[in-house]
Amino acid sequence: MNNEITGAEIVLKSLAEQGVEVVFGYPGGAVLPIYDTLFKQNSIKHVLVRQEGGAIHAAEGYARSTGKTGVVLVTSGPGATNVVTGLTDAMMDSVPIVCITGQVPQHLIGSDAFQECDTTGITRPCTKHNYLVKDVNKLSSVFHEAFTIAQNGRPGPVLIDIPKDVQFASGTYEEKNKIVIPSHRLFEPSPDFEKNKIEEAVELISKSKKPIFYIGGGCINSGPKASKLVREFINIVGSPVTMTLMGLGVVASSDKNSLGMLGMHGMYEANMAMHECDVMINIGARFDDRVTGRLDAFSPNSKKIHIDIDESNINKTINVDVPIIGDVKQVVEKMIEIWKDNKFQIDDKALKLWWDKITKWKKVDCLNYNNEGNQIKPQYAVQRLYELTKNTKTFITTEVGQHQMWAAQFYKFEQPNRWLTSGGLGTMGYGFPAAIGAQVGHPDALVVDIAGDASILMNIQEMSTAVQYRLPVKIFILNNEYMGMVRQWQELLHGGRYSESYTDSLPDFVKLAESYKATGLRAKTTDDLDDVITQMIETKNTVIADIWVTKEENCFPMIQSGSAHNEMMLSKDQKQDKKSAEKGKILV
Amino acid sequence: MNKSVYDSPDQVSETKRHILTVLVDNEPGVLARVIGMFSGRGYNIDSLNVAEVSNDENISRITIVTHGTSEVVSQIEKQLLRIVPVHSVTNLDQEGSSVEAEVALVYIYISETNKKKVYQLCDLYRARKIENENNTTIFEIAGSSERVNRFIKEINEITKVEIVRSGPVAISSIKKNEEE
Repeated sequence: MNNEITGAEIVLKSLAEQGVEVVFGYPGGAVLPIYDTLFKQNSIKHVLVRQEGGAIHAAEGYARSTGKTGVVLVTSGPGATNVVTGLTDAMMDSVPIVCITGQVPQHLIGSDAFQECDTTGITRPCTKHNYLVKDVNKLSSVFHEAFTIAQNGRPGPVLIDIPKDVQFASGTYEEKNKIVIPSHRLFEPSPDFEKNKIEEAVELISKSKKPIFYIGGGCINSGPKASKLVREFINIVGSPVTMTLMGLGVVASSDKNSLGMLGMHGMYEANMAMHECDVMINIGARFDDRVTGRLDAFSPNSKKIHIDIDESNINKTINVDVPIIGDVKQVVEKMIEIWKDNKFQIDDKALKLWWDKITKWKKVDCLNYNNEGNQIKPQYAVQRLYELTKNTKTFITTEVGQHQMWAAQFYKFEQPNRWLTSGGLGTMGYGFPAAIGAQVGHPDALVVDIAGDASILMNIQEMSTAVQYRLPVKIFILNNEYMGMVRQWQELLHGGRYSESYTDSLPDFVKLAESYKATGLRAKTTDDLDDVITQMIETKNTVIADIWVTKEENCFPMIQSGSAHNEMMLSKDQKQDKKSAEKGKILV
Repeated sequence: MNKSVYDSPDQVSETKRHILTVLVDNEPGVLARVIGMFSGRGYNIDSLNVAEVSNDENISRITIVTHGTSEVVSQIEKQLLRIVPVHSVTNLDQEGSSVEAEVALVYIYISETNKKKVYQLCDLYRARKIENENNTTIFEIAGSSERVNRFIKEINEITKVEIVRSGPVAISSIKKNEEE
């Protein structure tokens, strides 16, 4: 049969038809046929990482900064197990990923063969769906379905495990448009279906006296149009708006209605407004525990509207009054339409009183920190980074910990898709490979990974990748020689016993950069800081900027675990009562 | 509810038994997906039954008996629907009335002294003796779980037994338009 091609060729053809431009991967025995086919073509670029964990975070960074699906290609056994963290990360943060893993040939499956593992078994709970493809003729339909599932509804990672014999076998390729995916395997939202609920919600908003919009990452996943519509609707209503860590950028930080981020390290005014509002409009957020604090004291007097594409998020932790299941852009478009058709008008007087109250909360100036002396405060470092990069097209990624929270607090995002951080899983080591992915997707943009000294070491091997592909990623390390967030919790909750949170024998980051043939810079005092940042931006290759910051700075404001929104700690001096601190200690 | 460590410990509503019927594509791994969701999220499975519904459509029916508050069970239903090969989830306790039955096979240790009592009880419960090549006394009893429980309790009082139970299957008893 002359129209038959090999499984490996089907893989590449499927990727090409799906519009894939780049694959992040690492070869190995069980994917050699696919790598061989990759070698013979030019349409798909491959980025060779230094560890599979880097590949999947890079694919996440690529996906979240471009809105496309990230593709990963790794081998069986350790190749597959190394991507498990990234898959879980993508699952938690709803990132569309297709991950291809090689598998030992079918006759060896189950025999504990070399580099064999039960990949589909291991990844079942950390993927939206996964496949073990045993028939080469099903390969193309599996790929097309996988891409659809990864992007459809609430996006997420999908894994395709392909035994080596299937990669060698010959079969027929089926085109994307020939594949019919049964409707039960997909989520197809219909705004008409929820029309009554949407009307109810809009009417509730129009009658509110103290409304607040609570915006999450779902608005970013719904695409740039969703952000535009959300901004438009909030402007029409004139309501204050707060964003989750994942939702930063949906509404511009400079927008007069924006109160910034909410939650554990969110803004005082945002959390107080959440606590005292009478109508809460949750768009694409999921009442995460970092946002809600203690559930029984969460926004006690409000009616809650919850727009989410995933029904399982409705009433999962917080009971809501008006649930709407659907895609943000469709639902919000409908809301604007209904608002305009009915000529709804919010009670101006009440709204003014509400804003007056918020203005008072703002005066607390919750991000205030002591910036005396010439030692660099981490907050100040982020502020300077923002000031010196705000006029450039900049993508910010982060690792996880104090630096991540300072970045969220002090870097001002004006647009969606510019802020990439591991929110749900909290994966240290995410930021640098994610920055590589973002840089691959946006070669001309400035991509900065705001990192901590501990986190950066978790995927430091990707320096080699960044240099190989001439990716001018900037690593901006807030170096305090501690796992800062762990140290902070130990200080606040464990009597200052800093068990294993100090990193002795850190590398010399400047020399480390140089050993990879990248550029290393260092700022030791506030006098050096602006020069180092400017030099970092102007350098055309990969840069590590080692910023020595004060060692024992804490990240405030903070809602301690087990506390409510109106029980924020603004500084260390404001001790919590001991009883609730003890209670909070068992929580994460 | 009550799934977050931040939750208040107050029970929201009472814990009840629920029977869920889940229709799934009959593909490899689908059962693991379903039970993995239960164990991963800390839900209970009291019993589980899987059988193919029809050969041509390649669909299986999973009947799960679980218990939990209505909030927990509603969360279970929604989590099940997230699984790609799941067609539908029906909570038979919310559908209104349903009929359920299970089968138990009971190996009864029989002697001259208890023989009469055993056969009387089996008669009463319409437990049927299953013929087998070794001519051992194995009985089959079908019916609601409660009925099977009662039978087992009473036979246990008479003699030693070994039991295997299928766990219940159930179907909605609401009248349907038969022309459909």
